[in-house]
Amino acid sequence: MTAVRNHWRKQPFIASPLLRYGLYAAVIAYVAVTVTTLPIDWTRASQGLERAGRIFGGAFPPSFQRSGLLIDGFLESLKIALLATVGGVFLSIPIAFMAARNIAPLPIYYLGRGIIVVARSFHPVIVAIVFVKAVGFGPFAGVLTLVVYSIGFVAKLLAERIEEIDPGPVEAMKSAGAPFLSVLIYAVFPQIMQRQIGLGIYQLDSNLRASAVVGIVGAGGIGATLANAFGRYDYDFALAITMVIVGVILISEAVSGAIRKRIA
Amino acid sequence: MEQLSLHEWSRYTPRQRFQRYACFALATLVVAWALGSVNIVWAWVWDAPNQMGDLFSRMVPPDPANLDQILSALLDTVNLATIATALAVVLALPVAYIAAQNTTPNAVTLWIGRFILVSSRSVNTIIWALLFVAIFGPGIVAGIVAIMFRSIGFLGKLLGEAIEEIDPRPVEALQACGASHFKVVLYAIVPQVMPTFFAVSILRWDINLRESTVLGLVGAGGIGVILQGAIDTFNWQEVSTVLIAIIVLVVTGEVVSSYLRRRIL
Amino acid sequence: MLKIKSLVKRYGAGDPVLKDLNLEIEGDQVVSVIGSSGAGKSTLLRCINRLVEPTSGTISLNGTDFTALGKRDLRIARRRVGMVFQSFNLIDRLTVMENVQSGRLGYISTWAALTRRYPKEDIRRAFELMERVGIAHYADKRADELSGGERQRVGVIRALMQQPEILLADEPTASLDPKTSEQIMMLLRDLANELKLPVIINIHNVHEAREFSDRIVGMRYGRIIFDDLPEALSEEAMHDIYAGIPHADRQVEGEAA
Repeated sequence: MTAVRNHWRKQPFIASPLLRYGLYAAVIAYVAVTVTTLPIDWTRASQGLERAGRIFGGAFPPSFQRSGLLIDGFLESLKIALLATVGGVFLSIPIAFMAARNIAPLPIYYLGRGIIVVARSFHPVIVAIVFVKAVGFGPFAGVLTLVVYSIGFVAKLLAERIEEIDPGPVEAMKSAGAPFLSVLIYAVFPQIMQRQIGLGIYQLDSNLRASAVVGIVGAGGIGATLANAFGRYDYDFALAITMVIVGVILISEAVSGAIRKRIA
Repeated sequence: MEQLSLHEWSRYTPRQRFQRYACFALATLVVAWALGSVNIVWAWVWDAPNQMGDLFSRMVPPDPANLDQILSALLDTVNLATIATALAVVLALPVAYIAAQNTTPNAVTLWIGRFILVSSRSVNTIIWALLFVAIFGPGIVAGIVAIMFRSIGFLGKLLGEAIEEIDPRPVEALQACGASHFKVVLYAIVPQVMPTFFAVSILRWDINLRESTVLGLVGAGGIGVILQGAIDTFNWQEVSTVLIAIIVLVVTGEVVSSYLRRRIL
Repeated sequence: MLKIKSLVKRYGAGDPVLKDLNLEIEGDQVVSVIGSSGAGKSTLLRCINRLVEPTSGTISLNGTDFTALGKRDLRIARRRVGMVFQSFNLIDRLTVMENVQSGRLGYISTWAALTRRYPKEDIRRAFELMERVGIAHYADKRADELSGGERQRVGVIRALMQQPEILLADEPTASLDPKTSEQIMMLLRDLANELKLPVIINIHNVHEAREFSDRIVGMRYGRIIFDDLPEALSEEAMHDIYAGIPHADRQVEGEAA
């Protein structure tokens, strides 16, 4: 009888030992090089704990004394989010059609895709800082920023939805001799409207989140209030603002989730 | 009364129609309120296209004079995002463990876990960055910690959900073998959440790459610092170079992460 | 020897699923437990190693009272009870060897479990057993690449790796086709013989129960109403075990009470 094996090792995820150990070495080397070459000011960072203590000491208890300022900032954020959602959702419809392969001719398709890629690549804060320089401080820059942000998201998903539509009704309309616009309205819109409303509500929620941030670079809303409080070392007010932001985000997430569940 | 009219056709019942009109009216009202009361100088709005055109005309052609500095800042940004993601992944594991209903030791830890997730997730990276710049001073450390704090919530939530959705039968089998709690986790739970773990980590890395491009605008390191500098000095041609660099970075990140996802899963 | 005395299991406030149940199993016999769905077969098996916590009664295996054990001692005691499941309960993404070795998790160190450096004797025993059932060449395959019959063989070996004093099989063939199902039953019977191991099998297929077991226990609504040699299982006894529906039983109980 043959001897029974008494040795077994799990086969490694990467079969070639050279590649495997090479990968380990590369990871270690990467971490080592990165940690040593990143421009880190260790002495400054090491004071962090002490500063953190001071900041949190200053932040508690949160101060709601200037709640008027807080409410104004928040309402402005809400308005920015609303207007940007309406603008973004409307603008994203033509752009989505431009970026749908089954509707648009090739050059227009590339143009539409290009707009979406650019809108998606830039973080809203970067867009905001450019708009602030172009049109001045305040909510208008915020609205423009979030319109761009909305287009990046809504137009992309809507374009994908348009590409998935059932081509049957389109053919039927075309063969009935309907002009292009009628085809869109009767054969394509009904298939995408529900999705568009769902996306709009989702986008309102994420615009509200983003509007809190773009204010930090001067585009209006509660973010501006927060940045000011931080700048003036009013940490108790900053904490109050942050708590309101978190609360509003949680509520808006719950509401938008509930609405989308109902209409879906 | 119930005379069927063959000449009239409508898509909705009166009740439905009423509801729809009510929704539309409400939405219009809200938008009108926002438009009417928002603090916008309309003269600036009409002037905006001119201003934008002017700005963009100043941006071309992009000026590559500072390219090596920009590229090195870009590399810092990538490193920042990668290190922060790696740290966040490690820290998110215990949080996910206590935030999942089927693995958390008791109700108190469950609520601690959920509290960590909610507070981490609801505060935006930039707001975290503001805080950590105040704590650690301007620089890349604040950026790393900010990204880390925001990522823990994201990773922890998705991993926790994955833990809650595992097949409980292998767990039962290993308990029947007399395996300790830790070994049950190791053999029955870890292998089941592995795919989600990798997918979620890669996804977050991609998001972090994007987010780390703006950290510099509040002083938390990376390419944003250069962008801020160029904007403050009205060096619009350099601004456009930086913007192009960011697009290239983000698109590359997306390609790399989708490649990794396909390779690993 | 397994001794179950006046075992009661009640979920919530409803009727007990097991009602004052007594059962003794000795030596290396294969005992099949039959009964319609909801009769309490699965609960009975899970009470033995306390995957389901009994409400009252005692269960003792070779002198150890399982119902009296604390958490830690229970874990040690569970090593002595092997269990095979209807849906195999393997860890799909791990290899066959890892699944087999997971039966030893109660014995080996955490470090060995983590690094997959299993003790030499365990590996040899695993290969012996896998050889015995014809799956040794799958050691490095992922468990989800195997067919149902092969997966159940892995499940059986995982239980045997514990070097158990008794083997519990909860409908081990219910997810398998008839031919594979017979093979697994044959395997369980032969292994019981070879290893001098008592085996309790919950089973729906009365034909297989008759063919492969030394003793048949018939359950109906939480009670044992038949306990004898397979040959003694008459049409009449069968009718008693399977006739009626749990709901009707419950009504009879209610009237009696």
